[in-house]
Amino acid sequence: MNIKLMKYMMVDILRSKMILGYTFLLLLMSFSVFTLEDNPSKGLLSMLNITLVIVPLVGGVFSSIYFYNSAEFIELLVSQPIARKTIWRSVFAGLSGALSIAYLIGAGLAIVLFAPGISGGMMILSGLFLTNTFIAIGLLATVKIRDKARGIGIVILLWLYFALLFDGIVLFVTFQMAEYPMEKAMVLISALNPIDLCRILVLLQLDVSALLGYTGAIFTQYFGTSLGLLISFFVLLLWIIIPYQFARRWFIKKDL
Amino acid sequence: MIEIRGLNKRFGNFVALKDIHARFSNDECIALIGPNGSGKTTLIKSLLGMVIPEEGQIFFEGNQILGSWEYRKRIGYMPQAGRYPENMSIDQLFTMMRDIRKNDGEDKELYDLFDIESIKSKALGTLSGGMKQKVNASLAFLFDPNALILDEPTAGLDPVSSEILKAKISKECRKSKLIIITSHVLSDLEEFVSRVVFIQDGVIRFSKNLTEIKTDTGEHTLSKAIAKIMSA
Repeated sequence: MNIKLMKYMMVDILRSKMILGYTFLLLLMSFSVFTLEDNPSKGLLSMLNITLVIVPLVGGVFSSIYFYNSAEFIELLVSQPIARKTIWRSVFAGLSGALSIAYLIGAGLAIVLFAPGISGGMMILSGLFLTNTFIAIGLLATVKIRDKARGIGIVILLWLYFALLFDGIVLFVTFQMAEYPMEKAMVLISALNPIDLCRILVLLQLDVSALLGYTGAIFTQYFGTSLGLLISFFVLLLWIIIPYQFARRWFIKKDL
Repeated sequence: MIEIRGLNKRFGNFVALKDIHARFSNDECIALIGPNGSGKTTLIKSLLGMVIPEEGQIFFEGNQILGSWEYRKRIGYMPQAGRYPENMSIDQLFTMMRDIRKNDGEDKELYDLFDIESIKSKALGTLSGGMKQKVNASLAFLFDPNALILDEPTAGLDPVSSEILKAKISKECRKSKLIIITSHVLSDLEEFVSRVVFIQDGVIRFSKNLTEIKTDTGEHTLSKAIAKIMSA
């Protein structure tokens, strides 16, 4: 039953025009980026910049809109003999499945074709992590806020924070503390933002970390090792699990 | 078979239900009436676990319902103006509900009488209010549940369909099932209701048998009797 419910949700989501549009947009961008650049490594770098902006935005906003629009559906399910935690799992799995497929077709296809290898694989993996993290964050805001406009607004603000503001704040702080050795602290700070973490992981695979200067050397020292990699993946996983669990707890107590 | 003990629910500052105590047994057909915003739907939704009360307990067939979901297998629920996913077809909705409920027996009487079969490929978003209500009613009765909770069942139905539904409700009443109905159209309820529970501002004002109300007020019809009580 669980799997069937998931199937109904995924079919419902995949039917939406927004998912098709998203897939098509990614497809268009990924193929044009790789065909314009003759060096696959450069292409991957451009892909990275696009992915880090678009994937979190679409992941968050789409799941938020979907949840608001399926209020009726969810209300119907809650009145039926199904546990709320099952419904919640299905909502997340449906969104995750649909958006991950969209990313794999839209971006993954071009990456596999033009830039196969470890760096490409890391890129695909990062995209999938970010997709799921921002689905969880989007749902977290949505389940708590009843008003649709406000909920979507908060999701966009969160995206703005993670995609732009966070880096600005970090830059400001490092500038202020330029006298102090901040490199090691930077490693910790970067774990506070899943987008930054993904950026570092892919950049290190691309061997352009030399451009990052001394901080880059520290990053290589920490994230370049297999233990560092393992810890990074663990932190990225936490970025999915923690918002998911909070949203789940709120959903179970929500009045419908 | 449903027992409510000290139920309290507030939405922000608004008190929706205040210390509700009630007991509904198997063979009763309860009319839950009261003005708009009195807490009828909140009470019904609490029974279904859709609204989580702050305080109090609800027992269904002796078991506490908080945090459990299996009990809903034995309840048929007809929500007020059923809200369904827009782009799902009626057929898909029924298939999905069958998947969820996994019931052995099916009671397709209303399904057949309302001739849902002929419109089953239509998307739920394109249905009129009355047609949605027919789908809604057919679904509530489909799995032959022990208890039926009907929120404004005849609202939006044409006279013919309304009579069909009323006949079905009274038939189920005679099978000693628990039926809880909210309605504003009191004349609709008169034919089969055994007890009237009047709720106002989140408090149960009274709970009396039909005959009791009529003798108390000296009126012959339910609507006049209730009007007399409300204005008193």
